[in-house]
Amino acid sequence: MSNHSDTVHHKDNVSAKMGMWLFLFTEVLLFGGMFLVYAVYRYQYQDQFKLAAMELNTGIGTLNTIILLSSSLTVALSIAAMQKGNKFLSLVFLYCTQIFALMFMVNKFFEWSTKISHGLFPGSKELLAKPNGQILFYGLYYVMTGLHGIHVIIGMIAIAFIIVFIHRDKVTQQDFIKLENTGLYWHLVDLIWIFLFPLFYLIQ
Amino acid sequence: MAESSASFYTKSTNKYSGILSWLLTKDHKRIGLMYMMAIISFFVVGIIIGLLMRLELISPGRTIMDAQTYNTLFTLHGVIMIFLFIIPGLPAIFGNFFLPIQIGAEDVAFPRLNLLSWYVYIIGAVLVLVSLFLPGGPIDTGWTFYIPYSVRSTTNVSMALFAAFVLGFSSILTGINFITTVHRMRAPGMGFFKMPLFVWATYATAWIQILATPVIAITIILVIIERSFGVGIFDPALGGDPILFQHMFWIYSHPAVYIMILPAMGVVSEIIPTFARRTIFGYKAIAMSSLAIAFVGYLVWAHHMFSSGMSDTARWIFSLLTFIVALPSGVKIFNWVATMYKGSIDPQPPFLWVMNFIFLFSIGGLTGLVLGSLATDVHLTDTYFVVAHFHYVMFGGTGTIFFAALHYWFPKMFGKMYNIRFSQIAVALYFIGFNMLYFPKFIMGYMGMPRRYYDYLPQFTTLQRISTVGSWILAGTIFFIFGYFIHALRKGKKATSNPWGGVTLEWHIPSPPPLENFVKLPEIKDDPYDFSQLKEMKDE
Ligand code: HEM
Ligand SMILES: [Cu+2]
Repeated sequence: MSNHSDTVHHKDNVSAKMGMWLFLFTEVLLFGGMFLVYAVYRYQYQDQFKLAAMELNTGIGTLNTIILLSSSLTVALSIAAMQKGNKFLSLVFLYCTQIFALMFMVNKFFEWSTKISHGLFPGSKELLAKPNGQILFYGLYYVMTGLHGIHVIIGMIAIAFIIVFIHRDKVTQQDFIKLENTGLYWHLVDLIWIFLFPLFYLIQ
Repeated sequence: MAESSASFYTKSTNKYSGILSWLLTKDHKRIGLMYMMAIISFFVVGIIIGLLMRLELISPGRTIMDAQTYNTLFTLHGVIMIFLFIIPGLPAIFGNFFLPIQIGAEDVAFPRLNLLSWYVYIIGAVLVLVSLFLPGGPIDTGWTFYIPYSVRSTTNVSMALFAAFVLGFSSILTGINFITTVHRMRAPGMGFFKMPLFVWATYATAWIQILATPVIAITIILVIIERSFGVGIFDPALGGDPILFQHMFWIYSHPAVYIMILPAMGVVSEIIPTFARRTIFGYKAIAMSSLAIAFVGYLVWAHHMFSSGMSDTARWIFSLLTFIVALPSGVKIFNWVATMYKGSIDPQPPFLWVMNFIFLFSIGGLTGLVLGSLATDVHLTDTYFVVAHFHYVMFGGTGTIFFAALHYWFPKMFGKMYNIRFSQIAVALYFIGFNMLYFPKFIMGYMGMPRRYYDYLPQFTTLQRISTVGSWILAGTIFFIFGYFIHALRKGKKATSNPWGGVTLEWHIPSPPPLENFVKLPEIKDDPYDFSQLKEMKDE
């Protein structure tokens, strides 16, 4: 008791995980609000949402879905490797995840920039000439996929930190809760995309 | 052992000394006090703005400011009081300080996150201040940021909204921390139903914080995006729906009133048994009613929108639900009264503050029913009646309990005793000032005086003047209170470890508490409000 310092705080992995789950819960609610808005307007402007959705490139969307699903797999594999004590493999899988994430963002970039070059962005003349339902569809499209994109970037930053931690042996077989929590976060990012994808690209 | 019982003021969690040892601390008690410093400062700013508005209203027409200044002042006053004072007030100060102690823990589950949430709060507060001085001018939308004006206004709405977003983030982090702490850090033997009721209330509050705050976060983001890019989500010209904004705003902001009041009810449930020397009546009912309020409180948001365009079916359903949510609050009041019944009441200052609370909060609650009924609300909405109602609930309710908690826990937090005589005077003056300030607003509202106006018809002059004089008495009393507390810090008598005869865990340890709270791990064998242990405690 006499040398109370940071080390005395025993590490409690159950707490760390519980905290992470609670945080993910707030993220779900954040996007939940967006899905609510989407539902309201989809209900109000059904036909125009269908029309507008046809313009989206289902090919790129599908590709991105596959990419993100694969990245979730590699994160899971990385955790499994760490559990077994294989630091090298764990790192390799994390690098793969980063590459997948990057591919996702690059695709997203091309997708958005084609849309923008066709004059389809909030406030553009072309878009404003369309009926309200389509304006809203594109508004929601940019806001929701954009917000998701920001989450992908945050996830990439988090994974970058974990990579450094593993290199420096701050995340090890004995103590890899940080890696696990980052993995959880990444799965959430993936999960949200799983919902965004059909809502924008598939239902027609 | 001598070393480890040194108080948390002299011993720190890090190697620094002086101000750095505070700014980098991970000790929940120091963080609680840092919140206290910040929150009280903003409270004082909010009061000063309130005084200025009241001064403007001392006579009809322009007195000391023009209409636009008044608009920015009530907005700022609202934003500061809501987001910087009343929402974080009790959980961040007293929750931080006492929740871990009351469950026999050494600290919260995530001490570093706790410090981070303080910094996030400060950043949010600084952003509010910055938004005042940037070109564009201070925000003038009212604290409710209603669309479409909040999209059209040329003032710094986006900055202020972003500040609210950041503050919400701080609130979420605190919530996550408290929930995990309650689940994981309870001392051996401290079952859920042995936790003090303040812990229960803070726990329920934490759930609302993490369940409701994300909704306001996304709403705020959407408004900022709407302002910057014109995506149309809330803009009727592009097909969007302003009413949808109101729904989303109140889905958070109604539960937010429970974020404000639940911890206050928890404090009441601590103070009443201590001064009635009786175990609390209906412990489980009080604990569960907190959870019930947290849950049903979610389903009543649209009572803020009776006049903004909803189907009649929706309106009567929301009206009905609003009446139902009054039930768990009623359960608490009955249990408090039953606790006092046949108790040997010791009317010390904290108890007197609670009496103040019960009176003021009851007026607030009952007038809430007037506003919750459709027919009367349509007549009274957007009048001074509403202004009076929410001041009675928030200020008369939570604000009063803020002072009750200060008077109850001050000796424990600082190890000093304040002047009892002064505080008795303060209770009386507060009561007079408060009712003078706000009761006339009920009458004016009933007569048709609309809210958010810097001017009024001559027939309101007398009532407005009474109200303004009341604001001087009330604000004077509040400064008097802070004055005698500061005096007590400097010159007060040393407080004993248990000045009131409380039995929850914080009264088992020295005042002020040692850094690790408990020198030896407490053993929990009694119920939280079992006063038969008082005799043993005296012998300790
Ligand atoms: C001495 C203390 C206070 C005084 C003199 C005061 C006075 C006022 C006045 C004059 C208004 C404007 C009424 C109108 O024209 O519509 C107002 C609005 C408001 N007050 Fe206070 N008040 C005080 C304390 C508080 C506290 C403690 C809280 C919260 C806990 C609070 C919350 C609000 C809110 C939310 C509004 C509405 C702002 C808006 O319309 O957007 N006030 N107050
Ligand atoms: Cu409400």
